Amino acid sequence: MTSTNPQQPGIFAGLAAIARRDILLAWKRPGDVLNPLFFFAMVCTLFPLAVGPSAEQLIFSGPGVLWVAALLATLLSLNTLFMSDHEDGSLDQMLVSPQPLPVLALGKTLAHWLISGLPLVLISPLLALTYRMPGDVVGVLMLTLLLGTICLSLLGSIGAALTVGLHTGTALLSLLILPLAMPVLLLGANTVSLAAGNDIYATGIWALGAYAVAALSLAPYATAAALRISSE
Amino acid sequence: MWKFFHHLTSPPHYYRVGATLIPWLAIPGLALIAYGTYAGLFLASEDYQQGDAFRIIYVHVPAAYLSMLAYAFMAFGGGIGLIWRMKLAHAVGAAAAPLGAAFTFLALVTGAIWGRPMWGTWWEWGDPRLTSELILLFLYFGYMALRSSIDDTAKADKASAVLALVGVVNVVIVHYSVEWWSSLHQGQTLFKKGGPGMDADMLYPLLAMIFGFTLLFGALLARRIRTEVLFRERRTRWVRELVLAPEGGK
Amino acid sequence: MDALAMGNYGPYVWSCFALTFIVIVFSDWRSRVRHKQVYRDIEVRIKALEERQ
Repeated sequence: MTSTNPQQPGIFAGLAAIARRDILLAWKRPGDVLNPLFFFAMVCTLFPLAVGPSAEQLIFSGPGVLWVAALLATLLSLNTLFMSDHEDGSLDQMLVSPQPLPVLALGKTLAHWLISGLPLVLISPLLALTYRMPGDVVGVLMLTLLLGTICLSLLGSIGAALTVGLHTGTALLSLLILPLAMPVLLLGANTVSLAAGNDIYATGIWALGAYAVAALSLAPYATAAALRISSE
Repeated sequence: MWKFFHHLTSPPHYYRVGATLIPWLAIPGLALIAYGTYAGLFLASEDYQQGDAFRIIYVHVPAAYLSMLAYAFMAFGGGIGLIWRMKLAHAVGAAAAPLGAAFTFLALVTGAIWGRPMWGTWWEWGDPRLTSELILLFLYFGYMALRSSIDDTAKADKASAVLALVGVVNVVIVHYSVEWWSSLHQGQTLFKKGGPGMDADMLYPLLAMIFGFTLLFGALLARRIRTEVLFRERRTRWVRELVLAPEGGK
Repeated sequence: MDALAMGNYGPYVWSCFALTFIVIVFSDWRSRVRHKQVYRDIEVRIKALEERQ
């Protein structure tokens, strides 16, 4: 449809435009970006307070705690992914736009990842150091979080699209997303643990990479289908 | 041909056929379960390693198998409903979810009860099947929660169908990732692949239980689908005629 | 009695079979109740409409 009309921008222009718009909106309201980050940092603080500051325990539980905290922080930021667009009617504009809806959904999801996933990856080394994680393991942690948060944003976009317009809050979204996110958590956290134990951890990285590629190519279609259903 | 198929899957036709279908599924199913229970508990010789505790598999294996079969019904129903806009298919999905959750719960609890004498613990995280089954239970909960939070039935059907289809992909990923994870931690498994073959007197009751439970599941599902169909079609003419008919249509 | 004791595994084996039985009967009972409820709701509504006409 797009190629027949010379005035129509291409699909990448559409993707870039919607991503740029979401990033600008986030820039205007920095609270939305910072709150999940603070939440991430605070959850990471809760564990040493609860289980005690002993070094062995922190080294042992660090990868798991950081990953669970990252998963919960991502979940927290997903609730609003389509909410404001639904409320101000821009979602309806996207539905009737000649641009393919999966591409627009991908644009929004990538923007969400840049706003919430990437900052999380960037501050994770600080928190990892408080868990006495060695430098090379921190690298593995950042790599798994980089791949993992992409997966989580994509999975989360499906759940956010399914629940858009429902006044059920984050609880329902968590119930939908957490079972889907469990394999990502399992791969990510265990890969870091393997790296911390000087084991071969490449399998986990490859599996996460494969997951990310599969999710990048499939999830936008599910999100688009869910958006159409939700705004009927 | 298509017309015949369409007629077969029309709600009023199913409502009538379903009523006669249920006993045809339930009676052979119950008979097989009765034989399987008796033979499994008393005739089958005890396992040389597990003693009599192995007899739990006669309910555990059918429950675990049905927990997955119900998910397949839910996902296929949702997929067919989305693609061909078939009303009955969505009703199948809605009816299969609570049954699937019930059998998943049974598989988990019987697995835990088996684990107590065998592993010395009610719950063993290292067992990949128990862990996968637990995640499956959460998927059922999510599906039912999404369904019940959308008031419009047509919308709830489509949204939950998308979730069920995404969940199918997830079930496969969960299976392999949990297996990888438990291999890292030297997990124990309930039934080892390629282990010693079962004797006939142990195997036949198990097969009877699996077939019997499947038939019974069919009967339970058929009953739930009838209720779903009746509820969904409550404003149609055929339901009106059914209710006003002198003999009724319960 | 020996057959019922299941070589000390009796409580485990019997509780599994009993629980399976209870869950299936409960599920069937719930679905019957719901069917009757749905049918009665429809009946009440349609009868009320009939009388008004």
